[in-house]
Amino acid sequence: MTPVTPPAGSASGLRFPTMTSPDERWADVRLHVVTGKGGTGKSTVAAALALALASRGKTVLLCEVEGRQGIAQLFDVAPLPYEERRVVQGPNDGGDLYALAIDPESALLEYLAMYYRLGRAGKALDRFGVIDFATTIAPGVRDVLLTGKVYEAVNRNRRGRSSRQYDAVVLDAPPTGRIAQFLNVNSELAGLAKVGPIRSQADTVMTLLRSKRTAVHLVTVLEDMPVQETADGIDELRVARLPVGAVVVNMTRRPELDDEERDAAVSGELDRDAVAADLESVGVRVTEALLDGLLAEAREHAERRELEDEQRKRISGLDVPTYELPRLADGIDLGALYELAADLCRQGLA
Amino acid sequence: MSAPHGRVGPLVARDDGTPALDVDALLRDRRIDIIVCCGSGGVGKTTTSAALALRAAEQGRKVVVLTIDPARRLAQSMGIERLDNVPRPVPGVTGGNGGSLDAMMLDMKRTFDEVVESQASPEKAAQILANPFYVALSSSFAGTQEYMAMEKLGQLHADRSGGWDLIVVDTPPSRSALDFLDAPERLSSFLDGRFIRLLLAPARGPARLMSAGLGVMTNALTKVLGTQVLRDMQTFVAAFDTLFGGFRQRAQKTYRLLQADGTAFLVVASPEPDALREAAYFVERLNEERMPLAGLVVNRAGHAPGGRLSAERALAAAERLDEERAQGDGSDGPTAGLLRLHADRSRIVARETRLRARFATTHPDVPTAVVPALSTDVHDLDGLRTVGDLLSQRS
Repeated sequence: MTPVTPPAGSASGLRFPTMTSPDERWADVRLHVVTGKGGTGKSTVAAALALALASRGKTVLLCEVEGRQGIAQLFDVAPLPYEERRVVQGPNDGGDLYALAIDPESALLEYLAMYYRLGRAGKALDRFGVIDFATTIAPGVRDVLLTGKVYEAVNRNRRGRSSRQYDAVVLDAPPTGRIAQFLNVNSELAGLAKVGPIRSQADTVMTLLRSKRTAVHLVTVLEDMPVQETADGIDELRVARLPVGAVVVNMTRRPELDDEERDAAVSGELDRDAVAADLESVGVRVTEALLDGLLAEAREHAERRELEDEQRKRISGLDVPTYELPRLADGIDLGALYELAADLCRQGLA
Repeated sequence: MSAPHGRVGPLVARDDGTPALDVDALLRDRRIDIIVCCGSGGVGKTTTSAALALRAAEQGRKVVVLTIDPARRLAQSMGIERLDNVPRPVPGVTGGNGGSLDAMMLDMKRTFDEVVESQASPEKAAQILANPFYVALSSSFAGTQEYMAMEKLGQLHADRSGGWDLIVVDTPPSRSALDFLDAPERLSSFLDGRFIRLLLAPARGPARLMSAGLGVMTNALTKVLGTQVLRDMQTFVAAFDTLFGGFRQRAQKTYRLLQADGTAFLVVASPEPDALREAAYFVERLNEERMPLAGLVVNRAGHAPGGRLSAERALAAAERLDEERAQGDGSDGPTAGLLRLHADRSRIVARETRLRARFATTHPDVPTAVVPALSTDVHDLDGLRTVGDLLSQRS
């Protein structure tokens, strides 16, 4: 079941008639890693970014690694197996979006089969509980397996003959609090495996992750904790010499009131009578409850915006390119994804 | 992800409403000595558990709260920004009726080390603590945090010296709330499992266990991990051997504690599809495991807008005001903006209400408390008191 729909951009082409070309600084990036604190919408942003890249005519792979089947839910398709499935096909010669849910067990078995021709032994390993051990208990091994599969997809065209090649891979990665550890696979293994095959695998993966072909984007919302975690995450990535990409500020509120009106809203000085007159002039039946409600809503909005502006300042102090996506009152569905993708195109992340 | 064990719950919708969660009655109930807050990441578990603990203390209970990963400013205001794995009194708590509040932040590595030290002879403990495999296992294994949170809970419960009569536990920020319940089982089944026996086999004389399968396996492991890792693991397992039984027993004991009548689980969610889906899995799992569920807390709910004006009519009115302004004969006040804010809020609240109603239909017996979103961040005791007040307003 492959839903055939036009890629991003055309869905909301009317609202964003001209799309600028992508920002030059992302031109070399083949692997976009998207992280974010829980609740900030990192999976949504990863999916929107993948759509945005595909809308530029690229063949894109979107990967998830947390066993959540988030992609299937977002794109409204059946749960994804360990197999690259096309989820969106662009019109004419437009780009294609494929998706893959990577689980460590399958990645390990594939790895064993590919490099060691261990078809039969794979089963024996399972019987002895080794697969379970390697993928859940052995520290760091799980992450090497997950990033190793992503590495394989990114690097495929070098070796690949018949297999599909991707212009870009988007990884819906673990949350910000764990991202540096997750990507810094060889330091995670350092204490454990100083030499050996798993160590060389980790080193190879690390070379890609530290290169210009990778960008780690951090999704946040304009609240204290997520912004703090974003700042901490950027520090950790920099210490680990991993390439920090963009900060995507998600779920921003539209500026419905100007600065002056916001100040008035907070101090309770909005002109109640003028608002009532405006409402009446367009046929709204004015009640005290409605006026109280509107003014209280304005005040909360203004207070929230003040806090958000503080967080915006902190984010601009991080010295990282920043992109913003609006909060959508009706939640996230397929249509909303396309709108967000168009927003990312318009701002040049893709 | 689909529900891992299949659905557990009613089969048809009923028409009686969802009961309200009476938080104060829960905190007052002296039979309850453990409250566990669980839920997926980013829903406000830490804030909720801290607010509950503070409220209970100020109502006269002797409380200790175990937090996992609090926001820096909240940790500072509770006096627990230092990780020393020991509960400390929280300054500024006005304990009426002899109530008190201690707080601590979990240090998983230290907790693991302490278990090893308490279980093994000094030389053996030193040997284990220095093993590279142990170091990696105790500091980065994804399930260690859950296991150690449970271990610490067991310790606090057994420790009578603190004089606590209520323990409030925050759970690790895992992808899935279920991880908290599953991780200890996973670790202990590993420590107890066949694989460990195999690793021990060479030390105990390999001949008996040697088989074709084993040969293939060690061969494969060497190929993938390398001989050095395998050797470290074998040393670790050999040194750890006598501790395995103890570990399993402790995990089982704490698990039974969670099933006891004195425990109450609170499932925390935000009014978002993912968070409510995780909450549903957790509620069903608790039912299945016969673990005592006290209720659901829905954080960050939108405020119902004031006045009776639908989103559609508000938007239409805003549009007309804009048109008039464009033609030069309308006012240029904030009214159109106010109407759009109103419409936005109405739509958000309608969507959240729909999501909660759907949860309530499939889980009608779960008492629920709805906490409205605050327009400011919570980072001090006053903020926690406000959350506590909102939690106990029966909505």
